[in-house]
Amino acid sequence: MIVGEQKSIEEIKKIVSPYKKVLILGCGTCVKTCFAGGEDEVAVLASALRLAFKKDGRQIEVEEFTVERQCEDEFVQESAEAIDRNESVLSLACGAGVQAIARRYEETPVLPGVNTTFLGVLEKHGLFTEECSGCGDCQLAVFGSVCPYTRCAKKLLNGPCGGSREGKCEVDPETDCAWNLIIHRLKMLGQLNNLRVYIPPKNWSGSGSCGPRKLIRKDHIL
Amino acid sequence: MKGNTAGKLEKILSSDGFAITAECGPPRGADAQVIRNKAQVLNGYVDAVNVTDNQTAIVRMSSIAACAHLMAMGLEPIMQMVTRDRNRIALQSDILGAYSLGIQNILCLSGDHQTFGSHPEALNVFDIDSMNLVRMVLDMREEGRDMSGFDLKKPPRMFIGAAANPFADPFEYRVIRLAKKIDAGADFIQTQCVYNMDRFKDWIRMAREEGLTEKVHILAGVTPLKSEGMARYMARRVAGMDVPEPLIKRMGGVPKKKAAEEGVKICLETIAEVREIKDVHGIHIMAIEWEEIVGEIVETAGLMPRPTLKS
Repeated sequence: MIVGEQKSIEEIKKIVSPYKKVLILGCGTCVKTCFAGGEDEVAVLASALRLAFKKDGRQIEVEEFTVERQCEDEFVQESAEAIDRNESVLSLACGAGVQAIARRYEETPVLPGVNTTFLGVLEKHGLFTEECSGCGDCQLAVFGSVCPYTRCAKKLLNGPCGGSREGKCEVDPETDCAWNLIIHRLKMLGQLNNLRVYIPPKNWSGSGSCGPRKLIRKDHIL
Repeated sequence: MKGNTAGKLEKILSSDGFAITAECGPPRGADAQVIRNKAQVLNGYVDAVNVTDNQTAIVRMSSIAACAHLMAMGLEPIMQMVTRDRNRIALQSDILGAYSLGIQNILCLSGDHQTFGSHPEALNVFDIDSMNLVRMVLDMREEGRDMSGFDLKKPPRMFIGAAANPFADPFEYRVIRLAKKIDAGADFIQTQCVYNMDRFKDWIRMAREEGLTEKVHILAGVTPLKSEGMARYMARRVAGMDVPEPLIKRMGGVPKKKAAEEGVKICLETIAEVREIKDVHGIHIMAIEWEEIVGEIVETAGLMPRPTLKS
């Protein structure tokens, strides 16, 4: 899923302060799961904002609404009336959701309420970890299904650097060394010989270094 | 063994000699005199000098420029190059430029992570890794081509070095990684500082068993300790460093004024022990900001005079 973190109330206050009517628009998929922008977070943030503005003596109306997915037009349409009633939208979706709303409502300021951080998994309650960079050229089969491009701080393809200690990364001792995980997995799979294979330089051309990427599925074009 | 550069380092190593290299860190400024002063104290005591490439991710005078200053003083440089700051285009361009200046040795590294340095907010590159860099330099030399397959008019012919850390985890993997670096094209290896001699010997034995020591020249890294504090700092804070507790205690067991002397003594003992290992072909002295001690170490170790091969 896409993992994001809600911005601080101070930053959000600053972003929405030029407007008298604000719609807080939640997104019920990824950011809901990571407690950044689902219906519950919309409600909590709305209350906090109302309280904060009241304290400051400001008259700002805050409305709440949540759609299933802000990145799909079909769901976005459900919020049309609420958006029309307001002066601005504070989207609690990922950056893609913010832009999808903005694209549809050209004259409405659409503001980000979440910092989109990474593609990750829920490792355990309250802990989300980055696992994928969306590089467009998945090589997980060679690496025992642990991604060194994403999970090694130096993107090393040919084994761990000299700083790995007791299975932890030198950059952050709280983070597992990706190569330690790869070696462990390959051992479990009986594929340790993969470690001896030279991995050539990665082809980054599908990784976003050539500008925004597109996926065209001709079979689905109406 | 592959390669045929005109460099002194390769000549010594390929003629079964025992090579001595030292490290020279460029200044955090544009004063060439700093490099010249360091060169002055190393001149005559070492066969080649490693010039670091923004080591510990701190901005310094470029390795290539500092190499050029060393050459002007008659020293043979080993240009360190890290993949942290340059993509494949810049790496290749700099290698061509370096060779055009007469630089014949390269040490291929991935580089310290930028979070340890002066610009933690910087974007790193890591377009390729150090293994890929070794292969790139080899292909330039042996195939005469750049990474795109383009035939180079005058390909750089460099003597290729890589680093190895026998002390990092996971230990069993360290020899596999060494094998990969040799396959990729490494002619010589400079190791992380040796303080844990038992582990170093284990690593060499495993490399020997895999037939690797026949294929590459291994130079053991040594760093004279200056104080107990330094020993402790290296043990705890420097990634991939293994300083055993008894050694730290030994540094602490002498009066503070005598600590540096004790550090040099330990270094000399390490060198003596390393020289007994048949498969080690030299030492790499990393006297961090203490270049003036190198001459004394080399002399006391009985490694003078150095061969006078013309580079």
